[in-house]
Amino acid sequence: MNLFRGLPIYPEPASENALRYDLLFWTITLLSFFFFVLVGGLALYFVAKYRSGSNVVRSNPMDHHTGLEILWSGIPILLALAVFAWSTNNFVNHQRRMPKDALEVFVIGKRWMWHLQHMNGIRENNELHVPVGTPVKMTMISQDVIHAMYLPDFRAQFHVVPGRYTELHFTPTKVGRFKMLCAMHCGTKHSEMVGFVHVMEKAEFARWLENGGNRNIPVALDMKERGAQVWAEKNCGNCHGDSDNVRGPSLAGLMGSKRQMTDGTTVLADRTYVRDSITAPWRQITQGYRAEMPEYSNLTEPDILALTAFIESLTKPSGEAPADALSPRDKTRPLTSADDNVTDIANKYGKPVVGQQQLGGSRK
Amino acid sequence: MSTTLQEQIASPERGVKKNYLNADHTIASWLLTTDHKRIAVLYLVSISIMFFIGSIAAAFVRFELTSPYGQWLTSEQYNKMFTAHGVVMIFFFLIPSVPAVLGNFVLPMAIGARDLAFPRLNLLSWYFFVIAAVLMLATLAMGGIDTGWTFYTPLSSLYSDTQVTMALVAAFIAGFSSIFTGLNFVATVHKMRAPGMTWFRMPLFVWGSYATSLVILLGTPVVAITLLLVLFERVFKIGIFSPELGGDPVLFQHMFWFYSHPAVYIMILPAMGVVSELFACFSRRRVFGYEFVAFSSLGIASLGFLVWGHHMFLSSQSVFQGVVFSLLSFMVAIPSAVKAFNWTVTLYKGSVHLTTPMIYALAFLGLFLIGGLTGLYLASMDTDVHLTGTYFIVAHFHYVMVGGGILGFLGGLHFWWPKMFGRMYSEFWGRLSALIVFVGFNFTFFPQFMLGYLGMPRRYHLYAFAPEWQFYNVLSTAGATVLGVGFLLPAFYLTASLVKGKKAGPNPWGAKGLEWENADSPPITENFERIPIVTGQVYDYDAEEDSRLIRAELDDHERRDKAHLPGEH
Repeated sequence: MNLFRGLPIYPEPASENALRYDLLFWTITLLSFFFFVLVGGLALYFVAKYRSGSNVVRSNPMDHHTGLEILWSGIPILLALAVFAWSTNNFVNHQRRMPKDALEVFVIGKRWMWHLQHMNGIRENNELHVPVGTPVKMTMISQDVIHAMYLPDFRAQFHVVPGRYTELHFTPTKVGRFKMLCAMHCGTKHSEMVGFVHVMEKAEFARWLENGGNRNIPVALDMKERGAQVWAEKNCGNCHGDSDNVRGPSLAGLMGSKRQMTDGTTVLADRTYVRDSITAPWRQITQGYRAEMPEYSNLTEPDILALTAFIESLTKPSGEAPADALSPRDKTRPLTSADDNVTDIANKYGKPVVGQQQLGGSRK
Repeated sequence: MSTTLQEQIASPERGVKKNYLNADHTIASWLLTTDHKRIAVLYLVSISIMFFIGSIAAAFVRFELTSPYGQWLTSEQYNKMFTAHGVVMIFFFLIPSVPAVLGNFVLPMAIGARDLAFPRLNLLSWYFFVIAAVLMLATLAMGGIDTGWTFYTPLSSLYSDTQVTMALVAAFIAGFSSIFTGLNFVATVHKMRAPGMTWFRMPLFVWGSYATSLVILLGTPVVAITLLLVLFERVFKIGIFSPELGGDPVLFQHMFWFYSHPAVYIMILPAMGVVSELFACFSRRRVFGYEFVAFSSLGIASLGFLVWGHHMFLSSQSVFQGVVFSLLSFMVAIPSAVKAFNWTVTLYKGSVHLTTPMIYALAFLGLFLIGGLTGLYLASMDTDVHLTGTYFIVAHFHYVMVGGGILGFLGGLHFWWPKMFGRMYSEFWGRLSALIVFVGFNFTFFPQFMLGYLGMPRRYHLYAFAPEWQFYNVLSTAGATVLGVGFLLPAFYLTASLVKGKKAGPNPWGAKGLEWENADSPPITENFERIPIVTGQVYDYDAEEDSRLIRAELDDHERRDKAHLPGEH
């Protein structure tokens, strides 16, 4: 029996979704088992009973029976529809509905590692630290081929695709170390694209943040600050000012708004849209403008992410800030009204800032 | 059904009866033949070689996975091994297996035709297959490919520095080989049925092959174009699938699975047809609900084209698309369930002969049930999240494609072997190897369901971070060894039967059907002396009569034994 000690038969249920998932999984298992035993058992029984030469009644065999056909198509259809409804509800309303107040983590997949970045600028490779009981939302992109972020103990997975942002969320319920795998074949060292999620007590996580991720290296810039730096380096403000002007539209209040395109379509300005507008601006042109913007496809993925985060924080100077534009962690240090002014922010963070930034601790 | 058998037997020429095998002995007569039976034999030899090569690759993969640390191969070699296994088995064994071997041999005879509609196209199909196979083997010899058989972009188009270009060309050519076969079958079934062979007198194997041919004709061109586009992107850097070049990587998955999901039905539908024949013959019953089984083949073939998106629930396709694909995937399960129920009830009040082909058919039923039922987890979007990309998928499609496809093929091969070569193989070895295959298969692939649920991704070379998975991997490898023995045995006893097997006679199984009742074993080149005229229903078996005869025979033996006993003392 020693051989079987510690032999796992199910993955640890370590997220809020895991139990919901396992309930459906084992229900389908039960149904499958029932049908397998029913059909398999019946077949074996018939084989035994009607072995050629056995002394049983074989007269008046049926060749077909429409009622029976309807019955054994109908019952599986009904069961299938029930499982479909249950599963679709789980998927649409839980797996794929992103929580509003989640801790945001940015993921860049590249051959063959996971690069993760917290909103406050802490970066990690193949490791992720998160607090227990808090929803975590990953915004993911690949730098090369398609990867898949797979967190078996959280029953969460989604593809990480080059050229577009995808999302995934989970709420860890257990403290501990959990696997973080790539589940899409990505080349030679696919099986080494492996890391761990460290789920910590909330207080411990706060301390970890304060220490800049226990690295004793001060975090230089948070994501928006780095984004502002990129903004200044590339002189984005030359064309995209506080308000729309003849060169380009203002980006204040852009994120989450509906944009009219020159081809008559309406596009929701999400992160993928912003990314596309940076790397391939000629694809979709806002109504009233011409395809004049050069493409900035040589920006690195982390810089694009930072720039996107910065653009996301821009709000209309006079109007109210849309509540969703800032992620909750950053609301603890709200931007001043002066910050809301595009040019001001760029001026403020545009200069190279090294080592004298406040650490995560100052904003809790 | 009318018979011309007497005439055939009554006209022995110069002592040895002429048949398609001894009609001519030159190599040219084989390589330039347009006889569908000879082409079937050519295909049988070719795909057996490919199956052997694919199995070797699988053996390397399974052997390597006994250790979490990957002790014998490098990751690059390992990736090339599983890719070689997938590419060879799918494009060069599973897809041609039942249609090109059994279909080629049986289909024209089963509907009372002298050959397929386009015999030369049939030969061309085999040559395309051989060219593609040689090209693929050359690819493997020149270093192989590491993208997996799915060729996902942009890995295959821009990142892999292995022999992808050549492999794409080989797969492209192999596609034409199956298009030709499909085209031939459709034309033959429509135009060349014997007088009286109405659609609803066709054996279910013909129905299955017909449905398969439609899928081949509609699906294969799409994958051919897709592979060509990957080739263009790879060679000429034309941006189609790569975001860096302005393409869309998910588009590839849509185009690829538009064929490759129906391709699963290309592998399983004809096998289902075979199994219908086996259940009918060895239960001595008409297949229960014949029309439902026939139409379920067409149902699977047409619905099968609408479910490709279930491979892509997590690919970043829209959630709405996912919902539609999920619903349709559940619906395609129904016709398969209908088949399983009908086969089971066919046994009821039958006269069941547990011959080698029948054991394969029953094994098929069991494995296909597991394969089909585990498909529910993957059609359902929520459960798919945790299982897609893991060993659960690997186990599922092996249950369907090996448990279904290959067991159907082996069952059919053992069923029609006496017809093909006129000799019986050893029943003992046949039954034994069928049982070994069944047991070995389950030991190989059931543990992989566990691995998948535990979260082991497929195509992983190393799993040192999770040594707790080793037990299941070792179990699976042990099972694969048994399975390998089970697959190897037929190579010996079937070959031996060609020399030592006792003569089969035209109908050793007492089966119904034109190929059994109206043709010799092996058949003459023209199949029939005179085109048969079909007057009766298909599967005109009588289980009651069959069992009565067998019982009488048994009683007879018993009585004789009793009569002898006193004398021996």
